[in-house]
Amino acid sequence: MTIADISLVDWSRAQFALTAIYHWIFVPLTLGLSVVMAIMESLYIITKNEEWKKITKFWMSLFAINFAIGAATGIILEFEFGTNWANYSWIVGDIFGAPLAIEGIMAFFLESTFIALMFFGWNKVGKKTHLLSTWLVTIGSTLSSWWILVANAWMNNPVGMKFNPDTARSEMLNFWEVAFSPFAIHKFLHTVTSGYVVAALFVVGISSWYLIKKRHKSFSLKSIAIGSIFGLVSSLFVVISGDSSTYQIAHKQPIKLAALEGVYKGSTNAPIVAIGLIKNNVPINETSNHFLFKIEFPNMLSQLAFKNKNAFVPGLFDLVYGNYLYGIDPVSKRMERGTIAMTALNSYKSAKSKMDTVQMSLSLKDFNENVKDLGYAYINNPLDVVPNVPLTFYSFHLMVGLGMYFIILFFVILIFVWLKWIVKIKLLLWLTVLTIPLGFIASELGWVVAEVGRQPWAIQDLLPVSKATSHINASNVQITFILFAVLFTILLLANIKILLTQIKQGPKD
Amino acid sequence: MSLLNKRLWLIVFIKLFIMFAILKLFLFKDFFKTNFDNDSKRSEYVIKTLTNK
Repeated sequence: MTIADISLVDWSRAQFALTAIYHWIFVPLTLGLSVVMAIMESLYIITKNEEWKKITKFWMSLFAINFAIGAATGIILEFEFGTNWANYSWIVGDIFGAPLAIEGIMAFFLESTFIALMFFGWNKVGKKTHLLSTWLVTIGSTLSSWWILVANAWMNNPVGMKFNPDTARSEMLNFWEVAFSPFAIHKFLHTVTSGYVVAALFVVGISSWYLIKKRHKSFSLKSIAIGSIFGLVSSLFVVISGDSSTYQIAHKQPIKLAALEGVYKGSTNAPIVAIGLIKNNVPINETSNHFLFKIEFPNMLSQLAFKNKNAFVPGLFDLVYGNYLYGIDPVSKRMERGTIAMTALNSYKSAKSKMDTVQMSLSLKDFNENVKDLGYAYINNPLDVVPNVPLTFYSFHLMVGLGMYFIILFFVILIFVWLKWIVKIKLLLWLTVLTIPLGFIASELGWVVAEVGRQPWAIQDLLPVSKATSHINASNVQITFILFAVLFTILLLANIKILLTQIKQGPKD
Repeated sequence: MSLLNKRLWLIVFIKLFIMFAILKLFLFKDFFKTNFDNDSKRSEYVIKTLTNK
């Protein structure tokens, strides 16, 4: 049995990435627009102003389009688990089973039931019942995403489980530890609020377009006000949750932190790189500067990562080659322990087939003592544990830069709304329109950081991606990759076309 | 039913049909269910994968 060949692994990876990227175009807008329309409908009930009902129904129609076209695109990811990632699915089955089942129940029962009431229940149910339905759709879709993010968080920080060498499955020991791990909580808060920012930019951008075209002025001003407040609050929350996520990454995935911050050699009082250009192909163990240029803020990385400006932040060099002063084992040592675990697993299997209980016990002891580094047994070169540093670094910094821009943009818009000047500043309105896609880009970049930064691991330290794939024909994966690229592009174009048609028609009187 | 609603329902049905009746049936067969009869054989396969470099 050999490791899956590289082209199969890369095509499987590419296919999953393609599916996830397309899926994540639809999802954040659904998450965020659900909150926007719930807020607007609440204002309708509170103010009894029929204009808020008109506004709510318009944004609800855009929500409906995005939801209808985007819904269930995530199911293809589950298909891929079963076909392309069979080993991975088997190993994590007992962990993923519960969260994904709950996610399905939330989505299909809670969301779907109340979505029907929300879309078709106007004038059929009472106003407060309808409002409740809208909020339950919001809560349902948010809670759905919780469980998916719990599963993803577990990949990056596998807690609450024990690997069973008899069944080769990770068995859940503590559901609450999995469901409410700090890693999962902060990932959820950061991911969901980033979706809120996407939707806020969408609402503000489209409303700005109406103002440019001198259409639906009252509708647009109200939508911009709500969208900007929602966007500003969400953006600030994204920053706070991003900070707390970074703290988690520093402790659980230090090599991801080193990659996204471009830390090659560790130091105390570590600075944060605000902007930088990395030199190409400079080895990690090269002592000279790895940057062509950089602008740093002193002490900030130590402060953010460890809440102590004097703390040591390990770099890629320390994490690969070790730093005994700070208790960091070199990867080569972890490879040795991983190999012991792998050998022990083999020995346990063999002893079990011969009913040799003494050898089984000895092998199991060796396995349990070294299982936390099992994944390193399959690493051939210590440098293989380093993710793509430029991709992770630039994605992270671009995402953060865009996030800061969004905060300033929402703040400026709110100032001009308050001064009643917003209609006159065409440049700002156009800027807002053009910023709509940047929200999506920033959100996707976050996933690039999360998923590229965790390479080569499918399960951090336990299972590399190369061991997670099924041994299928690479050409099958290539065919489905092309098929998905076509199918999802058609769906996306249909989504954009129908959205634009609806936007051009505008809110109904 | 409005034209928009009709269009959306059509897209939903076509999408779900393609996903479940074509992709799932023909292109996304579950690797373990297709190749192994029972869980014991599946776990044996995974252990073999994990005990080989």
